[in-house]
Amino acid sequence: MTARPPRRALLAQIGAATLAGCAPARKDGVVLKFWAMGREGEVVQTLMPAFERANPGIRVDVQQLPWSAAHAKLLTGFAGGSLPDVCEVGNTWLPEFAALRALEPLDALVAGSRVVRAADDFPGIWRTNIVDGVLCGAPWYVDTRLLFYRRDLLAKAGFPVAPTTWAQWMAAMQAVKGLAGSSGYPALLPLNEFEPLLTLALQQDDPLLRDGGGRGNFRSAGFRRALAFYGEVFRRGLAPLESSTQIGNLYDEFDRGSFAFYVTGPWNLGEFRRRLPAARQDIWMTAPMPGPAGPGAGIAGGSSLAVFRGSRDKAAAWRLVEYLSQSQVQSRFSALTGDLSPRRDAWSAPPLAGDVKAAAFRDQLERVKPTPQVPEWERIATEMQLVAEQMVHGRLSVDQAAAEIDRRADRLLEKRRWMLARRAGATP
Amino acid sequence: MKRWPATLLVNGLLVVAAGFALLPLLWMLSVSFMRPGEADSFPPPLIPSAPTLAAYRTLFTQHGMGRYFVNSLLLASAATGLSLIFNVAAGYAFAKLRFAGRDRAFQLLLVVLVIPGQVAMIPLFLMLKTMGLVNNFGGVLAPAAAGVFGIFLVRQYALSIPDELLEAARVDGAGEFRIFRSIVLPILLPIMVTLATFTFLGTWNDFMWPLIVLNDERLYTLPVALASLSREHVQDSELMMAGAVVTVFPVLLLFVVLQRYYVQGLLAGSVKG
Amino acid sequence: MKGGQAGWAFVAPALAVIGLFFLVPTMAALALSLTDFDIYALADLRNLRFVGFRNYAELLANPLFWQALGNTLYFVVVGVPISIAVSLAAALLLESRLARFRSFFRTALFAPVVTTLVAVAVIWRYLLHTHYGLLNYALGALGVSPVDWLGDPHWAMPAIILFAVWKNFGYNMLIFVAGLQTIPEDLYEAARMDGASALRRFWHVTLPALAPVLLLVSLLTVAGYLQLFAEPYVMTQGGPQQSTVSVLYFMFEQGFKWWNLGTASAVAFLLFVMILAVTLIQLAVARRRGAL
Repeated sequence: MTARPPRRALLAQIGAATLAGCAPARKDGVVLKFWAMGREGEVVQTLMPAFERANPGIRVDVQQLPWSAAHAKLLTGFAGGSLPDVCEVGNTWLPEFAALRALEPLDALVAGSRVVRAADDFPGIWRTNIVDGVLCGAPWYVDTRLLFYRRDLLAKAGFPVAPTTWAQWMAAMQAVKGLAGSSGYPALLPLNEFEPLLTLALQQDDPLLRDGGGRGNFRSAGFRRALAFYGEVFRRGLAPLESSTQIGNLYDEFDRGSFAFYVTGPWNLGEFRRRLPAARQDIWMTAPMPGPAGPGAGIAGGSSLAVFRGSRDKAAAWRLVEYLSQSQVQSRFSALTGDLSPRRDAWSAPPLAGDVKAAAFRDQLERVKPTPQVPEWERIATEMQLVAEQMVHGRLSVDQAAAEIDRRADRLLEKRRWMLARRAGATP
Repeated sequence: MKRWPATLLVNGLLVVAAGFALLPLLWMLSVSFMRPGEADSFPPPLIPSAPTLAAYRTLFTQHGMGRYFVNSLLLASAATGLSLIFNVAAGYAFAKLRFAGRDRAFQLLLVVLVIPGQVAMIPLFLMLKTMGLVNNFGGVLAPAAAGVFGIFLVRQYALSIPDELLEAARVDGAGEFRIFRSIVLPILLPIMVTLATFTFLGTWNDFMWPLIVLNDERLYTLPVALASLSREHVQDSELMMAGAVVTVFPVLLLFVVLQRYYVQGLLAGSVKG
Repeated sequence: MKGGQAGWAFVAPALAVIGLFFLVPTMAALALSLTDFDIYALADLRNLRFVGFRNYAELLANPLFWQALGNTLYFVVVGVPISIAVSLAAALLLESRLARFRSFFRTALFAPVVTTLVAVAVIWRYLLHTHYGLLNYALGALGVSPVDWLGDPHWAMPAIILFAVWKNFGYNMLIFVAGLQTIPEDLYEAARMDGASALRRFWHVTLPALAPVLLLVSLLTVAGYLQLFAEPYVMTQGGPQQSTVSVLYFMFEQGFKWWNLGTASAVAFLLFVMILAVTLIQLAVARRRGAL
């Protein structure tokens, strides 16, 4: 362990030397392949001319992947040896590509960089990029789930400010339910989304997996507390037993007061602005997720930029990552996409700086936590939600549900345990 | 004269059925000439108010449709050529040449016909990967070069070649390859057109395999490009319809021209499915 | 023996291609389905384990697999009869002595078959649009309130069936036309002499004569419909609420999205067994009728 820092410093020097020495000398030009998903893939093309002007000899070929096909495309690309140089990777996918050893470790490059630095970013987001002690990606934009709420209804129910603790939140929901003429439910926690429950679970001290990610830790006191709170909201009739697809037009329903709290993500800032009438814009607001005692943690989501190991020109690839991480470029990108920046300094400039409704995100981002960094995590989270759905339908108790999630997680992690055991056996 | 109502009924129903079959295609054509956003209004417009090529222009200048078109054309043509070379020779030999193990080999092929192609897909992908054929046209073409259906089609047709014709040539001292080239091929010409039409349409329309094998956007075929485009540009109806026109029109045209041959193959193929 | 050498020389290239690119991978698929090939094994083959029939056992315990199977059977059980009925009706119309412009109508009705599935699935997605789609507009004129065809789990599969019928009915129609042409005209004349109505003639002359074709067509269609994939891939992406995940779609997701190649191969084999069962029935029945 102690041998580590010097080696890293040495690598940093090599990295820096590579950057300083080779890249500008190139004459014939490099073509960097860059894959980005969805709206980001479309928008990022407009940022490329400036990069190409600043880096003569490097041309960027952006390929836009649809989100729904991206994961398949990346794995096929890995299997077929046709991955690009730089790619947007959802940060929950990083452990998977790290396990494939497809990602170039960035520690040395970051150590020599003046642009991409751990200290500039929100710590929780930065940590999602470190898998097994190795930095695999540079944060590009962030995502976390928090409360969108009806300010007017809350005020009417006697809550002029948003709740910050679970107890206050529960009381606020009860009060909204008790309002005269209220017909719907105070909160919307769509049953097909695992993020609300996952957020509550991350607010606990107990980790979600134990034994080095070899087993589920869902029977821990902390997770059961989160599960119990989640179940209680439904048991008291404070949230509908529905998935988001069963709700016709979510924005109309919110406007109509069918629910006053909605746990969702940053893309809805834009959607709420677009879809609610201009005159109704001051009825809604955002707030950080309430925690067991005071503002709680949130999910550290979002996307990172990764350099693939197979890239033939990693120095040029890293230049592109650095360029996209610059705070002015980040601000421009935020303005174009509505995405939130992982850099604190981008939040002190427009468009994010003056945005009151985005401020809650800024606040919560200081407290976000990564989800467990195992490739199986997404499937475990999906199973967790399926069991939780059975629980809120009254088919399982909290303890039974926790045990069932553990059972399913352990089954999904079987291969990983086998590999961990073998690795432990190989290096006694 | 009392036939009148029945005639009207039969032809009326045919018109309705033709409407059912053709309306989606005509609507596609019409929308592809609309102004961006025009189709998304209520009631849905049927005819463009001012026909424009805007969608096609965007498609070719911004979305590289020209490249996908060329890719599809190249792949379908190459697959057709390969399929003719491999299947015609084999089909003829199974029908007319006597050689040890012929019947056993043919029976094996019949068994293969039953296996759905998807079973082989995953290992095939891994195999092609080791052969360096993933993410290039070779990976699409290699498995398409020969097929049981094609061999079968040619064999059924070649069975009708009179043996005396071949024997006479052999007596004259012609080698098997010369006989094949100068006597057999001209006779097989109609079924070759059938096979070519089938292969071309099949390759042009194929989706799942190119989707898996071709990872690089620049290698996409029209269907793969269209599927990808449709996930990002759902709201641009006119653009998507223009893309559909570019994809569908060439095969429709080919079919209308070579209809006779295509139908022949279809019937031969399904009688012995 | 010269002919023997020539014979092998003619068939060898084609057999080599089929063997290498189809038979070998098929065998490999069987082997793969008995392993736990996943992304770990993709990274390093030493992470591959032989697991016997565990993939199959886990599939049979996986609710999503059963749902995919159920969805596929729904598509087959509802889609095949409708498809065949439409094909047969169209063929009868075309072969009616009263029909005019036959070749035009034949081409028109067959056109959807040759179109590119992905492209026409895209078209249908717009036709089925809740607000701007022609279908809901037409239904609206009849007083039916808009249906969220591709967004409602109850309607997504019917919408896909409607699309599949449109796309495929021309194929079987042509086979029926060929079958109808083989029915001797004097059978109809005799029936007419007996004063049988058109419906009775259809029931007692056409259908029995067409029975072998009908059987063949239905089994072929079942085998084809069991391989549902591109329609949900383009139109619904398996949704809403997984109501249009088919067996092949499930295999594609397992294999190429999650890279569980062991599981995906097991799915492919189960599908193969189903199709094989259908085909064996087809062969058995055909043999009994003396068609083979």
